[in-house]
Amino acid sequence: MKVEEKLAINAIKNDKESHIKLDKETCARCAERYCIRICPGHLYSVSEETGEVVVEYAGCLECGTCSIACVRRAVSWEYPRGECGVQYRYG
Amino acid sequence: MAEDKMDAVIVGGGLAGLCAAYRLLEAGRQVILLERGDTCGSKNVTGGRIYVGPLRKYVPAILEEAPFERPVVKEIVTLLDESSSVQAEYVNDRWKQPPYMSYTVLRAVFDNWLSEKVMEKGGFVIPKRRVDGLLFEDGRVAGVKVGNEEIPANMVIAADGALSFMAEKVGLRKPLAPADYAVAVKEVYRLEAGRIEERFGLEEGQGAAGLFAGSVTKGMFGGGFLYTNRESVSAGIVVGIGAFLEHAGDAEMHRLMDGFTARPEVARYLRGGELKEYAAHIISEAGYGGLARLYTGGMLVAGDAAGLALNMGLTVRGMDFAVASGVIAAEAADEALSKGDFSAETLSVYEKRLKESFVLKDMETFRHSGEVLERPRFLGVYPHFLCELFEALFTIGEGPKGSLYCSARKIAGRYILNWQGLKDFLALRRM
Repeated sequence: MKVEEKLAINAIKNDKESHIKLDKETCARCAERYCIRICPGHLYSVSEETGEVVVEYAGCLECGTCSIACVRRAVSWEYPRGECGVQYRYG
Repeated sequence: MAEDKMDAVIVGGGLAGLCAAYRLLEAGRQVILLERGDTCGSKNVTGGRIYVGPLRKYVPAILEEAPFERPVVKEIVTLLDESSSVQAEYVNDRWKQPPYMSYTVLRAVFDNWLSEKVMEKGGFVIPKRRVDGLLFEDGRVAGVKVGNEEIPANMVIAADGALSFMAEKVGLRKPLAPADYAVAVKEVYRLEAGRIEERFGLEEGQGAAGLFAGSVTKGMFGGGFLYTNRESVSAGIVVGIGAFLEHAGDAEMHRLMDGFTARPEVARYLRGGELKEYAAHIISEAGYGGLARLYTGGMLVAGDAAGLALNMGLTVRGMDFAVASGVIAAEAADEALSKGDFSAETLSVYEKRLKESFVLKDMETFRHSGEVLERPRFLGVYPHFLCELFEALFTIGEGPKGSLYCSARKIAGRYILNWQGLKDFLALRRM
């Protein structure tokens, strides 16, 4: 099963606004881009159109790993607002 | 104005926060608990299992009726290289009788139940509220902010989990560093109770825990796990974030998870199960040296928020520390409320009590376990050594077989009977 399909099983209520903000300039200069490999939801990728690192915040599992793994501190991460984000039914 | 204030506001409806609330309510205090999820537990993830032995004196009433999944009566340890594995099971007749030492647990179920207990005692548990900031008065914490709303309180207990933004806001938590955290990914598969018992070799209602080490994390610090719930099995992997960044390969976390459940040693337990959830969470691996400062004027930090988690290799702990630290924080807060003194000096009793309890005693005893377990050879070399050793011992080929001793000696010489192996052995004394 693909990771996108796994995320689709989760109960998630999406916020209109992203709770993850990337510092585009820093990301553009970043050679490692650990975020792309370490995010358990595989939500980071390089946009085919713009070549920028982008994040699909909607599937976020709220682990915060990206903000810890970003050694350049380019990920501003906060919890989604109350009522939003993933709602674990097993946990 | 003191009379307009709540006695205590608790940030976070996990085990630490809920147990703190419960204890404060027992002491007759007024408590508001704010939880950002739809219900308590809906943002929480465990592997997982909780060790209850140390908790009996802290929360006896709760343990009696708690909705645990299964008591763990069997430990399965598997060391793997890329294509073979060595597995050991530990069972003990005494473990099959109550009082049980540990239980598997699902947090969405467990924490929600506990929040009902808190409400029955008269506590206000308010879900769907993200705490955005703290209120200050005379240089000390004096409540919380939720959006535009202010909730003044004499005491704040920050139990907001491993990322603790509350502790960060007052400079109690160190900045999040890759070396101090691991990422865990978990899948829950629905399976009938009877099938679980048959596959794991369990009697009705009893449970097992599985630990997998070696190539499932490509030798990176971490491992895989399996826990039997009542009608589901939790499977997952944990990898040190620092180790991941240092690893030379092109590992991807979600693919490591796929690789784990695809291993026949794991797949045999999950076959036919329906995937019900895909979860991730971080775990503090910083140990005793990486603890947050535990208090400041008007505020105490408990559970994961304080970095109270311990990896002892074969056992991993955190939920027991969360429960006990929540209770101890509540007792310290209750004393401060009685005195009407919320200074850091008065609240320092919290740290003192934690040091006298199993929580900080165990974390102190195992203060070196992180550096020992993170030695790259433990997971990178030893699983390979054992797999190759067993291969040599069991193999009968076409030609004449070498003596067992010679084969074993040769393999041991390659992997462990060397200077590095001696250093690893000596390192073990630090645990």
